[in-house]
Amino acid sequence: MTQSLKDKLVIILLAAVIAAFSITFIAIEEQVEIFALLVFAAALVLGGAKLGITASIAQSLARNERLMNFAFIAATIAVVFWFREDHFPLLMIATVLLYVIACCGLNIQFGFTGVVNFAGAAFFGVGCYTAAVLGGTSVPLLLVIVLGGVIAAIVGSVLIIPVLRTRGHYAAVVTIAFGLLFRTFLEVNDTLGGPQGLGVSGMNLFGWDFNNNIEISENLEISFYMNYVVLALIMVILTFVLMRRIERSWIGLNFDAVRLDETAAACFGIDIKRWKIVAFTLGNFLAGTAGALYAMMLGFIAPSNFAFSDSLILVSIVLLGGMGSLWGTILAAGLVVLLPEKLQVIQEYRFLIYAVVMILILLFRPQGILPRGLRAYIPGWRG
Amino acid sequence: MAQQQETVLTFRGLTRRFGGVIALNKFDMELTNGQIVGLIGPNGSGKTTSFNVLTGIYEANGGSIEFLGQDITSWPAQKVYEAGVARTFQRSRLCLELSIFDNIMIGNHKRLNHGLLFNIFQRKALREQIRENHEEARKLLKIFDPALADKMFDPVGSLRMIDRRRIEICRALISHPRLLLLDEPSAGMTHEETRELMDDILEVREMIDGLSIILVEHEMGMIERVTDKCIVLNFGQKICEGAYRDVASDKLVQEAYLGGE
Repeated sequence: MTQSLKDKLVIILLAAVIAAFSITFIAIEEQVEIFALLVFAAALVLGGAKLGITASIAQSLARNERLMNFAFIAATIAVVFWFREDHFPLLMIATVLLYVIACCGLNIQFGFTGVVNFAGAAFFGVGCYTAAVLGGTSVPLLLVIVLGGVIAAIVGSVLIIPVLRTRGHYAAVVTIAFGLLFRTFLEVNDTLGGPQGLGVSGMNLFGWDFNNNIEISENLEISFYMNYVVLALIMVILTFVLMRRIERSWIGLNFDAVRLDETAAACFGIDIKRWKIVAFTLGNFLAGTAGALYAMMLGFIAPSNFAFSDSLILVSIVLLGGMGSLWGTILAAGLVVLLPEKLQVIQEYRFLIYAVVMILILLFRPQGILPRGLRAYIPGWRG
Repeated sequence: MAQQQETVLTFRGLTRRFGGVIALNKFDMELTNGQIVGLIGPNGSGKTTSFNVLTGIYEANGGSIEFLGQDITSWPAQKVYEAGVARTFQRSRLCLELSIFDNIMIGNHKRLNHGLLFNIFQRKALREQIRENHEEARKLLKIFDPALADKMFDPVGSLRMIDRRRIEICRALISHPRLLLLDEPSAGMTHEETRELMDDILEVREMIDGLSIILVEHEMGMIERVTDKCIVLNFGQKICEGAYRDVASDKLVQEAYLGGE
């Protein structure tokens, strides 16, 4: 069997295993079974790493990037299709996808450029409120999603001067303060619903109402959440294309140079301020677009959705997955969003467990679960 | 040979203070086209400070810097680089988690297209630019070490010290600067490695038209071999200037280094 055929089989098999695992994980309810499944998966991965199997799989993946992308998209579609009639699993999947987009935004900011942002939930929230306010008007709703991003980016520009002037802990404190301000502002502002929040009209594309179930036949009625999942998946794919293109260009290189050594970067003509502004704005834009669709999907938003703890969840997804790592972001978003939903037992201890996991990750695997690799400008090309 | 005499860089009364400490005190210097000047002096005598002021990392507190006929005294680091000044750092400042190619391309900033739309949408043109620059970086790196040129996509963090120095120098040279500032290239290397590295630098100088070099160095053998002129600093002040042989026999210089008789 040739190497390339073997690679292809490995990738398809891997995608199938991931799909099967995801379906099982989302479908089972019994706490013990879920726990057993997680332990089994962890043992499989750790065992595979010990035997060098994961490394050889990683090589197969790196050699066939296009196939890998398609295989993973197909796997996602398979999972989504499996749950076509069930509201709750589809809602969770859509939530994971939207978190992935928001975290991609954070990845541009501090995964690539090193600009810390502990107000991710606030920018996500700006997108939500944009959808709530504009949803009832005559603005096309697809445009509202884009506007959610644009307004998040504009609101973010308030923070640009303090973010440029401060570094490290100080920049973190500035963004934390902004996140708290944002929530307080929403709570006291009556036109935006105050603490009770606002209703949001659902997505509607050219007369296609996203909030109706799709009746195919008498015994097949697809959950209306499928609409949101499909749109969110398309947005994730677009975001991924954007992220990849940024990473594999001079822009990605400038971002890295700014993160790793500002002084050296400045000595080679790199405009630190410009690239920080670009990264910060682009990141907030992505968070805002995700927020806009999220609000439409939930139909209702309140300030309590955008607390500091929600920002921390976004940050922890980025750290857990690996700074700047796209696939890591997906894996981590899946874990962080789904685990508390599935393991009801840990619901109350959620933040305690997050904290412990974060500390363990930072201690033993600071580069994250799926660390970002070196930049491959042109996949498969090494000069 | 009129071009050979063109003045590239002039310091006039350059001064830099840190609180009460005068790191550079009314430093005058002139550098002509293609010249290699050695900057020597004990630790803390202002050698690296003069680099930092020249490249715009520190502001000057007094005096002026003229580069190729322009007053660049208060220019930011980016503009100084654009004008044609490239440097290496005393403690190697490469991005260790990036590849060799990435690091060299950071130094190539002014010759790359950084437009957002170009980078995101014109992928074909971008790939072309990547390939061209890769080829050029390869050629340059080959002069220093052919083996390194085959490892362009390896992380710099996995390399030996001498290889890191080579890459740092390539990063500075790739943009065809008019003035190269080398801050202790021999630090952390053996005599033999230092010698090899300097030979390579001299070879590259032949290829880049009118490249002038300022070299900060403690390794006197190297200074003697490559410099046209030496400047000795002590407590931020120039105490001597001239050919190495004359400078080395100067009484003031010996006192500065050896602490007097």
